[in-house]
Amino acid sequence: MRNKMFEIVEEPISVESLIEKVKDRNAGAITTFIGTVREITGEKKTVYLEYQAYKPMAEKMLAQIGKEINQKWSDTKVAITHRIGSLDISEIAVVIAVSSPHRKPAYQANEYAIERIKQIVPIWKKEQWEDGEAWIGDQLENVRYRAGKPDVKDEDHD
Amino acid sequence: MIEVLLFAQLQEEVGKDKVLLDIKEITVKEIKYQLQSQFDLSQIEASMVAVNEAYALEDDIIRSGDTVAIIPPVSGG
Repeated sequence: MRNKMFEIVEEPISVESLIEKVKDRNAGAITTFIGTVREITGEKKTVYLEYQAYKPMAEKMLAQIGKEINQKWSDTKVAITHRIGSLDISEIAVVIAVSSPHRKPAYQANEYAIERIKQIVPIWKKEQWEDGEAWIGDQLENVRYRAGKPDVKDEDHD
Repeated sequence: MIEVLLFAQLQEEVGKDKVLLDIKEITVKEIKYQLQSQFDLSQIEASMVAVNEAYALEDDIIRSGDTVAIIPPVSGG
């Protein structure tokens, strides 16, 4: 199952392979976002992170984000891969690649994708600190989802 | 039977990644209440429910054979 545009994997992610997936003769720009594991958050020192996903649904939600982007910015091509399992400091957790005829939509769509991942994709991370561990939720400080569910329809979150 | 998948904190609290409920029909709201009273879960109020891999609303009906997932606040990226 190589060459899936929206994927949850357990092995390291190749940034180059995502760039290849979105290459297009009509593209004038490709942006990539690379999310990596940070060591220091506030005063806590992370030893490693553990990511878990509801894999089939997570891939569907990533595909939906791709669809939303195609609707908002025409002629874009999107590929997203998120890694799960144990990740060390500086390892790549997520890569988003967007190609577009012009640079601005490529930048905007790429940022839109990471924001949406943090809203609707069922992936969770567990921080392993030197003195303990905890599952992290609520990164966007949405303590409760409004209306009982995250907005999975196309909406302006810019 | 309704299969309920658990993730992250909820999975650790229950001690397994899925539970089977012998129920024919139940709403999303009711299943949250039922799981809460059965397992005393910390995050169920803040959690979303997915039925057959799609987010569901509180009043949606879950039927025997459906796969339910309890989705605590996500933290990917």
